[in-house]
This record gives sequence, C-alpha cells and structure tokens, in this order.
Amino acid sequence: MARITLDHIRHAYGPNPKSDAAYALREVDHEWADGGAYALLGPSGCGKTTLLNIISGLLQPSHGRILFDGKDVTNLSTQERNIAQVFQFPVIYDTMTVYDNLAFPLRNRGIAEPDVDRRVREMLEIIDLSDWSNRKAQRLTADQKQKISLGRGLVRNDVNAILFDEPLTVIDPHMKWVLRSQLKRFHKQFGFTMVYVTHDQTEALTFADKVVVMYDGEIVQIGTPAELFERPSHTFVGYFIGSPGMNVIPAEIHGSTIKLGAETIALDYAPKIDAGGRIELGIRPEFIRLGREGMPVTVTRIEDIGRRRIVRASLGGQSLAIVVSEDAEVPAEPRVTFDPVALNIYANSWRVGREA
Amino acid sequence: MEKTWNNKAWFLVLPVLLLVAFSAAIPLMTVVNYSVQDTFGNNAFFWAGTDWFDDILHSARFWEALQRNLLFSFIILAIEIPLGIFIALNMPKKGIGVPVCLVLMALPLLIPWNVVGTIWQVFGRVDIGLLGHTLAALGIDYNYVRDPLDAWITVVVMDVWHWTSLVVLLCYAGLVSIPDAYYQAAKIDGASRWSVFRYIQLPKMKRVLLIAVLLRFMDSFMIYTEPFVVTGGGPGNSTTFLSIDLVKTAVGQFDLGPAAAMSIVYFLIILLLSWIFYTVMTSSDADN
Repeated sequence: MARITLDHIRHAYGPNPKSDAAYALREVDHEWADGGAYALLGPSGCGKTTLLNIISGLLQPSHGRILFDGKDVTNLSTQERNIAQVFQFPVIYDTMTVYDNLAFPLRNRGIAEPDVDRRVREMLEIIDLSDWSNRKAQRLTADQKQKISLGRGLVRNDVNAILFDEPLTVIDPHMKWVLRSQLKRFHKQFGFTMVYVTHDQTEALTFADKVVVMYDGEIVQIGTPAELFERPSHTFVGYFIGSPGMNVIPAEIHGSTIKLGAETIALDYAPKIDAGGRIELGIRPEFIRLGREGMPVTVTRIEDIGRRRIVRASLGGQSLAIVVSEDAEVPAEPRVTFDPVALNIYANSWRVGREA
Repeated sequence: MEKTWNNKAWFLVLPVLLLVAFSAAIPLMTVVNYSVQDTFGNNAFFWAGTDWFDDILHSARFWEALQRNLLFSFIILAIEIPLGIFIALNMPKKGIGVPVCLVLMALPLLIPWNVVGTIWQVFGRVDIGLLGHTLAALGIDYNYVRDPLDAWITVVVMDVWHWTSLVVLLCYAGLVSIPDAYYQAAKIDGASRWSVFRYIQLPKMKRVLLIAVLLRFMDSFMIYTEPFVVTGGGPGNSTTFLSIDLVKTAVGQFDLGPAAAMSIVYFLIILLLSWIFYTVMTSSDADN
C-alpha cells in the first residue's frame, strides 16, 4: 500500500503540444494518502482515464513525476510499479479455470506453488467463488468475471494500489449494489489505496472518502461528498454533483450586497473580488424556499420525481430549479428566498470563499 | 396455437432450388451417371455397375496420388499456419504501416493460379530464371524438371508464397479484435510474451484459425493449376496429384467412366476429411 504523489503531471497525446487545449491533462499536482479511497469523477473526455493510466504506468506523462511512497516510479513499467487494475470490461483468461486465473499473476512472479495454492484458496473464499474454482472462466456471468479481475489484483497482497476504471459499467443494476458494498468491505478489510474512475456521481459519492472532480483536463476539486455538495469550488462541480445541479445565476457584488437584476441580497461578509471578473451566484435547489415572501418568480413547470418535486421557475429571466417536498403547495404569486448559509459566490467560475 | 399452413411459400424457395439444381445437383448427377456406365461417344452407354470404382480402389496409381495429396496438404498446413500466425503477430497495429502491410499481404491473393504457376515456372528455370540461375551459379544443384525433391520444394514454396497471406489476414483480423484492456491486464499480471500469446492471442484467434485451417486444407487438397503449369505432374509422376491424374484420365485419355468414378471418390474424400477436421476442431468449443 502506498501514498501516491502526482508531481506536476501534464499529458498530451500528440507530440509537441502548442497550447493548453492540446493537453488531455493540463496540470495535476496532488498527494493521495496511503489507504485512501479516491473516486475520480468527471464527464467523458475529462482526462480521468488518462490520469489513471499514468498512475498504473500504461501511459508515460509528457511532463511531471509520479511517486509511490516518495519513490519516483515515473519510468518504471506497470509490472515494476506493482499495482492492480480492474477494467471497464471484465478481463479474464477464457481458456483457464477460475483457479488458474487467480493463480496466474502469482505464478508469473515465480511464487512457490504451495503459497500460490494457499493464497488462491483464500481469495476464492473472499470473492465467494470457491464452488467455481475448477470451472472454465469463460462461462461465468459479468459480475463473476469482474470479481475474478478484482481477485487477480487482490491475490497479490503486496500491491501498492488498486485502480478501477469504471468497473461496474457492464454489471446489472441490482448486482452493482452488491459489488459496490463488497468493494467497500474489501477496502476496510485490506486497507489498500484505491483509485476509482467513474462518471456516475452516486457511485463516486457512496464509494469514496475523497472525490476528485475532474473537468477539461484539470482537477477542479478534491473533497468529501459533503464538501462537494455544500461548497463546490467551481461552478462545474456545482452543476455536475447533485440532481438537479446547482443554480448558477449571473450577479453583481457591491461590498457585501449581491445584486440579482432588480433584486438585492445582503451578505454578512464582503467577498474579495477583483474588478472585471464574471460574477455568479450559486445556490443549490435544496436551499431555496418557495413561499409568499422574497423575490417574485414565475413557475414554468413542475416535475414530480417521487418523494419530492422540482419546480422550474424563472427569476428575472434566469431559470431556477427549486426542490420542494411532495405535498408543498405552490402559491398563486410565488416568491423565493435563498438560505444565506448555502450561498456561494463565483468569480470566473471559481468560488470566492468567505475566508479569502 | 394454430399454425397457418400456406403452400405458396414453396414458390419462394423455387428459384433457389432451381439454381442449386443447375449449379450442383444436375452436374453431380451427370458425373454419377458417367461413373456407372461405359461410353465410347455418340451417346451410346453401356451399364458398368461398380466396375470403375473397383478399378480405382485397386489401382496403385490412385493410392499414390492420394498419398501425395495428403502429404502435400500436411506440409502446407504445417508451414502456412505457424508462419501466418507469426507474420500476423508482427504486423503493425496502427499507423501508416497497417495499410501498407495489408496491401502487400493481399497482393499474392489477387494473382490468378495459372499466372502464379507461370511466374514460378519461369522464376525457377535453370537457364533463364532468376531463382534457378542464381542457385545454379551458387553451385546448388537445383532443377525442378529433373529432380522430384526440387519439384516438390518448388510447388510447396509457390503455394506458401501464394496462400500464407490468407492465413495472415485472417489471424490479423482476429488479433485486432482483442481489446487493449487484455494486454494491459496481462502487463499488470506480469505475463510473459509467451503467456500473452498462449492465453490471450491464441484463444482469441481460435475461430479464425479454424476457418484458415479448413480453407487451406480444402484448397491445398484440390491443388491443380500450379503444379500443372510448373511441373505438369512430373518429373515422372512425382507431383501428380489426384486432380492432375483426374484430368489426365478424363481429358487426356477420354476415359469418362473411370474419371467420373474418380471424381466421386475424390469428392467424398474431401467431404469426409473436412468433416473430420471441423468436428475435431470445434469439439473443444463444445466442451465449454
């Protein structure tokens, strides 16, 4: 198990990148704790798989270094880095039995057969496939195959990290829950450093201690699920996390007053903002109260999503999503108030903190 | 549930039936017809029963030709399949090299059989051929017209040159269909080059290899044009394969009865051997 340091990593797929836009990964400079469970979350093409492949050594970064426990591994091969990876589609060796699949990485490393046997049998117990050990791996279901892929990583008990590249994509929904909770249990049990790539926010939020949100080749925020929800540091995080995402409304700041078109909202602090930036106000739909007080809105649509309803409204020409409870009434002349603790101010898409 | 019977459906099958009848069934039955009768032309036929079949199955000439066929097919498969796999494994997977290699590989396949034969016939000649003359200049005694072994080598090399590409292209198609994740997983599992081949590439190529083996077997067993053009079945009878023998009998000697009987036996042998091949090679699939 290891601490992973990403030291100013940049990567471009083409040679001689001219501009920032040519980089699939603009600049990543972070340290991930030993034994942590990290989820890399972001839309397709944001560079999360690129980053994962750089960590596993399948890809050499154009710039920067990668360190495991302080040791530079940038030029080491995947094999020498001693990591395990589970891919989107289950990779199994069709012609081998389940047992041989699990024994394969150990035998390749020249481990004595009694040791191999002991560890493979242990692993078969853990991934719950003992009854299948002599079957050909070819005929298993997708989730069993994915468990074998995982088992091939875990069976080497000295791996530095286990990397997951959207491993639950091809799994049936009901099995997803089962596998996800098993993964969580393995993580607690073995304490390995785990990096998990996904574009599914539910998966990321339920799974990881720290969620790494990536956007356009950059890490925009690393935080706990609560932090991402309450204080998104970039408007993208606000928009990407949550359902529906955060409302982002163009605004003006005068001292400690926010001007939203004709309306004003008083803050109890004065955000420090450089002149000339694009200012936006962010507020989550859960923190808007719909009632008879506050700023007047026009309701355009109401969506029923089961236990709650989403009210789509317009505030001074800006669209707004509001989450209300199922039985809440929508008044004839609706008005809204924003919960002051949930207000986030963004200058050029980045959050301006109270602290700043 | 009640089924609807509609005999009009037969009309839709009729065109295919007619096509098959004229392209396969009727010619085949004509051959059967010849094989049980004797004729001297003028449409005069005499019943011969199984005489021709008896003759053939007791003729040393037939058995020798059959042995040559089997040996030839065996040599062809033993060379072309491993060589084809080896070349496919070493072909580039991306970049400008891919189309270049594919075109180069496809070229021999586009050349008609008799042209291939003529090329090698000239190529191997000791007096003017590039290969034959060079070998002679190097002091190697090579003459496919005189020496049976040299004739065999020439015919085998010619077939390898002509048809290995087919195996290469089929294997290559199998190889490029393997997702990258398999190779990445193998790297992570610390697999050796041999293990990658044995446990990833070979299993994924199995289906196309089955097709390649079948095609190359059937084709090499039916070999005719190239040895006919290059050696004409000689020297002596050393490269007289069943097909050449058949043509000699039918067209050369105009023995239509024995030739027809021989055709049928030849056809049944190919059918039987192909069936055995197919059954054996797919049986491992059935195990799973």
